[in-house]
Amino acid sequence: MLKDSDRIFTNLYGLRDWGLEGARKRGDWDGTKALLEKGHEWIVEEIKASDLRGRGGAGFPAGLKWSFMPKQIDPKRPHYLVVNADESEPGTCKDRDILRYDPHKLVEGCLLAGFAMRAHASYIYIRGEFVNEAKNLQAAIDQAYAAGLIGKNACGSDWDFDVYVHRGAGAYICGEETGLLESLEGKAGRPRLKPPFPAAVGLYGCPTTINNVETIAVAPTILRRGGAWFAGLGRPKNTGTKVFCISGHVNQPCNVEEEMGIPLKELIEKHAGGVRGGWDNLKAIIPGGSSVPLLPKSICDDVLMDFDSLRAVRSGLGTAAVIVMDKSTDVIAAIARLSHFYMHESCGQCTPCREGTGWVYRTMQRMVKGEASVDEIDRLNDVVGQIEGHTICALGDAAAWPVQGLIRHFRDELEARILVSKGALTSGRYGFNPGIAAA
Amino acid sequence: MPKLIVNGVEVEVPQGSTVLQACEAAGAEVPRFCYHDRLSIAGNCRMCLVEVEKSPKPVASCAMPANEGMVVKTNTPQVQKARDGVMEFLLINHPLDCPICDQGGECDLQDQAMAYGRGGSRYEDAKRAVKDKDIGPLVKTIMTRCIHCTRCIRFGEEVAGVEVLGLTGRGEHMEVGPYVEAVVNTELSGNIIDLCPVGALTSKPYEFHARSWELVKTESIDVLDAVGANIRIDTRGAEVMRILPRLNEAVNEEWLADKSRFACDGLKKRRLDRCFVRRDGKLEPASWDEAFAAIATRLRGVPGNRIAALAGDLADAEAILLLKELMGALGSTHIDCRQDGAKLDASNRAGYLFNTTIAGIEQADTCLLIGTNPRWEAPLVNARLRKRWRRGGFAIGLIGEPRDLTYKYNHLGVGPQALAELANGRHAFAETLKGAKAPMLILGQGALVRSDGGQILAAARQIAGDLGFVRDGWNGFNVLHSAAARVGGLDLGFVPGADGRDVAGILEGAQSGVIDVVYLLGADEIDTSRFGKAFVIYQGHHGDAGAKRADVVLPGAAYTEKDATYVNLEGRPQRTHRAIHPLGEAREDWKILRALSEALGKQLPYDTLQSVRERLGHVAPSFRALGRVEPASFGNFGTPGPLGPEPFKSNIANYYMTDPISRASPTMAECVAAFLTPAQGKTGTHG
Repeated sequence: MLKDSDRIFTNLYGLRDWGLEGARKRGDWDGTKALLEKGHEWIVEEIKASDLRGRGGAGFPAGLKWSFMPKQIDPKRPHYLVVNADESEPGTCKDRDILRYDPHKLVEGCLLAGFAMRAHASYIYIRGEFVNEAKNLQAAIDQAYAAGLIGKNACGSDWDFDVYVHRGAGAYICGEETGLLESLEGKAGRPRLKPPFPAAVGLYGCPTTINNVETIAVAPTILRRGGAWFAGLGRPKNTGTKVFCISGHVNQPCNVEEEMGIPLKELIEKHAGGVRGGWDNLKAIIPGGSSVPLLPKSICDDVLMDFDSLRAVRSGLGTAAVIVMDKSTDVIAAIARLSHFYMHESCGQCTPCREGTGWVYRTMQRMVKGEASVDEIDRLNDVVGQIEGHTICALGDAAAWPVQGLIRHFRDELEARILVSKGALTSGRYGFNPGIAAA
Repeated sequence: MPKLIVNGVEVEVPQGSTVLQACEAAGAEVPRFCYHDRLSIAGNCRMCLVEVEKSPKPVASCAMPANEGMVVKTNTPQVQKARDGVMEFLLINHPLDCPICDQGGECDLQDQAMAYGRGGSRYEDAKRAVKDKDIGPLVKTIMTRCIHCTRCIRFGEEVAGVEVLGLTGRGEHMEVGPYVEAVVNTELSGNIIDLCPVGALTSKPYEFHARSWELVKTESIDVLDAVGANIRIDTRGAEVMRILPRLNEAVNEEWLADKSRFACDGLKKRRLDRCFVRRDGKLEPASWDEAFAAIATRLRGVPGNRIAALAGDLADAEAILLLKELMGALGSTHIDCRQDGAKLDASNRAGYLFNTTIAGIEQADTCLLIGTNPRWEAPLVNARLRKRWRRGGFAIGLIGEPRDLTYKYNHLGVGPQALAELANGRHAFAETLKGAKAPMLILGQGALVRSDGGQILAAARQIAGDLGFVRDGWNGFNVLHSAAARVGGLDLGFVPGADGRDVAGILEGAQSGVIDVVYLLGADEIDTSRFGKAFVIYQGHHGDAGAKRADVVLPGAAYTEKDATYVNLEGRPQRTHRAIHPLGEAREDWKILRALSEALGKQLPYDTLQSVRERLGHVAPSFRALGRVEPASFGNFGTPGPLGPEPFKSNIANYYMTDPISRASPTMAECVAAFLTPAQGKTGTHG
């Protein structure tokens, strides 16, 4: 269990002052100038040494990403740092608490990360629904400007740095990094083709790095305490601390900062008061936000919560949003609801996602009612396979994975539902409640 | 030059190529819908997925740059599965109404579904239906068929320069359309029909008229403007069903302007299909013999200097040559092919050609437009100008009417005063022109048909000379023609000979009774009320202004009905081919003149088209360079003198009606109503 002294987000629950005064008491903005004076390369190297992996879901090494930015600034093509605060992955609410309770961590992170990649401006693209969060963030930015921490000659470092907040309009796809850039440029949020990658051609055609709120917010602490400290937490390649969002059928849903690689069971029992009705009442867990395949109880018993352990069981850490479902859950209906979400949020520009997500949702609806045929399960698996990996952005994959997880682990339940509705089986044996299915 | 291995074949492709181009170079076919050579890359149809070694996912080959050492496979089960999947997705919401779809038989979706799709559908739910959009009288939309490839959107934004179409909505509900109802107001709108890989955008005038496999296809040349776009005429029986563009990188690339594409229904209206002779003030049907006899009778005893001839805008070079020789045999020097009175100088070829050539526009770095609206006078030249402008580093100055040309320009002034200032080097833009490495100017007909046209030509000549528009391997002096026959006529010297009268002189002579007989070879754009008591012979294919005034009408052939030579504005001789026979008793124009010469006792020595063409090459050697441009050497032309004060005006006031064919076309009439008539509030009596 994470020691209090290793905690980065010390105001995650908003119990203390989120303003500059309080943030300074918690150590933010301490010696920022000295960190900046160590130079661009030192910061990137330190982040590389920390093995910090992107907290937005894909888990790409952050230091490596920063190092892709050009080392020289072309005067006609300024560098940009863009912070993805468009947190809309169902089940995820970690960035929200950082934005409203610890905004100075993010603002300081923007300065340090932006300086490391030779950017003079950063844009924080915040989800439109985050009204109070945007207010707090803007207030924190205003405080930082007033205190000379950002703006002209930020922290007295001779480096000019501006931070802008841009509020989104509520589209999930604008959380995809290139969709976000399009939206930031004032266009419809339709992801771009890659290559070229944003580090070469990003915002307004200029070199750009896009990072998640949490990735940027942990950077100042890593730089202050050293990459080695961060790398010493968790397991190799899966280092540091992570904010987990535990929701669903637990006694005390919560956000909690924990060490990477903590066993899933321990995470839930220690911090969320355990599964409703006890661990044995557990049916399945989605360990990383709605996009990743769910895990049945048998895997949840001993799986560790980090990128590589979850990948090994064909799921993923994603945003570390742990969605717990106990045995009262109609898991088919739950996944069908996610399919609806991805159908609704598909931008529609590329064929497999545009046409496939609707097809999947309609099939899932039949699966919920048991009105499908048993053959259709394989067809469904085939259709999601036709979406996965064939699209411009990862939304196609995200739409496919939950359904694949369902078929992988709960095929018997899908089949039983169909057989029950055809009168070939009696209900009850599979924990199936016809009342839920009809709804 | 990266080297790649495609399906085990090593290929080397130019830097900047895509994997798709590399696959093509290696002979591996890659299906695609959204990718198009001339448009930006969208990468959204996902049909062109291929396998690239070391890439975990299949890669959209149209969007992936070809890199050194890539190993690409297009024939693996993974690729097969990806294509199969995309094809299935495209078809689940496609109505599959091929039997009633105009695109049937020439549909990319249909063809590729046959090649790459599976036999049946596994989709059991209801298909999506999308409301059709009304985007004008030319393009019909059946949006349920749309596969969202966005080619039409990209064409509008990139080539045509009108941002009317776009994507609205998300996911399954995404639609291509104008968002608020609007017509696609561009002279190039028909091209989105060709670009659409399915039947979502089809030709409205051609709607339900024919199936592609019933059509006989004839390669030919368009004559409704002076660009000489390469076309394909699709006919069924004795009817021209539609006209499509044909690839010619030097002229029209693969685009075609709307008038050239859609005015073909004018070929079926108001046609002259037999001879007429005016008796007692009324035109009455006559046989060829009667018509020739009437002409011979009237011409008997008339001296050559009382006879005149005018060649119209659609006349072919063979007919112009024979008319010139016939007039010579009759002893007349009153001939002119510039029926609008443009002060073009036939003595110097570079003085009336588009010397830079259309493809050459892409090498220019500065452009000066004088008294022209290229968007209407030559939409495809305008498209090239826009193409060059989009690449950047192309300064454009305009003297004349400030119109929306689809690109940005500096408006230097409205009249000749700005031209004079430029010529004297007093205008700020003169500095830009001086610093240019490949400057060009385009002189419109509107600037030349004025009374001071000769002086304007001289002033443009002076600017070109003084500011270095003509240098080694570069000639930046260009005249923009709008009449297909004009350059051919000038090449053949169909201009007044010694003591000859030009078009104004002929009209004046006819009015005052000095000219007794006027021969009109398809000349309709003249003031026929000024012919006075003259005996007018009209040879042409449409009952337009000329035929109405004529005393004898000789029915000729339209451009779709004859093998003929036309020289485009660059000086490029190209040939039309007969797609259908001339109507009724009408004949090919050179044959009519040959027969008439015999009836008049001045028999011309040509019995075959071949012999006429040999003579063409003899009179003007440039005719021998078929399909090519013979560069003309720059010289002196124009009449130096003071310039008038009137502002420049384009010679085309109505793009959709410029000649007898487009004036007879119902589709063009609809275009005028849709695109040019100012929007009026509808009242209760509007349908």
